[in-house]
Amino acid sequence: MSDILQALSDYRPYLWEGLQVTLQLSLGGVAVAIVVSVVLGLAAISPLPVLPVVSRVIVEFFRGTSLVVQLFFLYYVLPPLGLDLGPVGAGIVGLGLNYGAYGSEVVRGSLNAVPKGQWETTLALSMSWPLKVRRVVWPQAWALMLPGLNNLTVMLVKGTAVALLLGLHDLTYWADEMRKDPDVGLWTAYGIVFLLYYLIALACSSGLRLLERRAQRRLGLRADVAVTDRATAEAVA
Amino acid sequence: MPTETAPDPTGAGSSETGPRIVMENVRKQFGKNVVLDDLNFSVDRGERVTLIGPSGSGKTTILRLLMTLEELTGGYIYVDGEPLTHAKRGERRVKLRSGEVSRIRRRIGMVFQQFNLFPNMSVLENITEAPIHVLGRSKDQARADALDLLDQVGLKDRAQAHPTQLSGGQQQRVAIARALAMEPEILLLDEVTSALDPELVGDVLQVLRDVARNTDITMLIVTHEMQFAQDVSHRVLMFDQGHIIEEASPQVMFTAPQHERTQQFLQAVL
Repeated sequence: MSDILQALSDYRPYLWEGLQVTLQLSLGGVAVAIVVSVVLGLAAISPLPVLPVVSRVIVEFFRGTSLVVQLFFLYYVLPPLGLDLGPVGAGIVGLGLNYGAYGSEVVRGSLNAVPKGQWETTLALSMSWPLKVRRVVWPQAWALMLPGLNNLTVMLVKGTAVALLLGLHDLTYWADEMRKDPDVGLWTAYGIVFLLYYLIALACSSGLRLLERRAQRRLGLRADVAVTDRATAEAVA
Repeated sequence: MPTETAPDPTGAGSSETGPRIVMENVRKQFGKNVVLDDLNFSVDRGERVTLIGPSGSGKTTILRLLMTLEELTGGYIYVDGEPLTHAKRGERRVKLRSGEVSRIRRRIGMVFQQFNLFPNMSVLENITEAPIHVLGRSKDQARADALDLLDQVGLKDRAQAHPTQLSGGQQQRVAIARALAMEPEILLLDEVTSALDPELVGDVLQVLRDVARNTDITMLIVTHEMQFAQDVSHRVLMFDQGHIIEEASPQVMFTAPQHERTQQFLQAVL
């Protein structure tokens, strides 16, 4: 126990730096990933002829190629072309595009999972596509997509460890530095960082679970399931 | 209603006196399965027509074609003399642009078997949503109209309730109010009581009887409630395997059907 406290106190500024890098990558990556998920997911089900194809191609590319190669591409190939994102920027954009491609499938699946009758009713009410999606379909799909997006968020947080390959001093980098220090035990070095990753992931998923519960409550899904039955019984009585 | 006799400036053949709906050589196939074949019939303004027949005979498909929920395989549908989804250009059959389709579709409303209330909105919001955002009504106006409609269907006190807090019968009455809020000229009722507990059917049918009595909305009704069909409709069409095999007033249809299939069918359901 005293080993751990000693290591924590010795490495506090470094762990703090690592934590900040990891948090930047996580929050930035999640933000980009959400935008990418929503845009590509909506494009995939759009009635316009070209958009679904474009969305499909982008998703297949980012899902089908290695994240590490994508990160190297952003970090090494783009700057000579005049677009220098820096290591943190490249990490955020790379993680966001890659996980966003997966996320767009969650979004598309959730939009398609909204019952057909809901879509048909919006047509019978002459609602335009943007209107029906924004006001009727999205609020219902949102509750369906949150568990999937939550999963991806946690995976992205842990996936930020690849930033090490871009030379960033994130949590994983400092874990490795601690490992090399004879004063810090191997278990201690990785144990501390395990815990820190876990805490970030926990914070993210708790937040999203809260959103999920709120979304379900709005749809009346968490209110007592028996309410409809009871209303029926009352109406009959 | 004043009758317009002035020539139609668009020349599209729309008129204020012709039939409300005309089905011309209508054909619908799902894959190789022919559901409707060379169907011809028309519905007059304010007329209420009930479609009966065994399941799979194509009744619901007709409503879905009118609501443009299904693509017409062949033939033409006219609403007030204007083509709904496909038009004749000389010998060619041309698909209309979605803008044209939606302009005419706006005259048509539909109530579904499964109610399909929006679960992310209150009862009142379900009704005001389309009038505000599609018809451009003010919020106050839409709200006042919705409360009137809820009063008509006997649910004014449930305006703020959530759809899941209502019984199936109440949900369907809200769905009827929602369709009426768009002031349709044509209302399509697709087995609106089939998903309800038997005890709840009566209230829904009573609401529809009132609508039939108090408005001149043209109605196409698919139902298994033969007493209701007899009470509200002017004409009954008996379908079998995608064809109209008998057509009569409800009195004749339900007391002295001519066709053998009709007799068998009515014997089975009555």
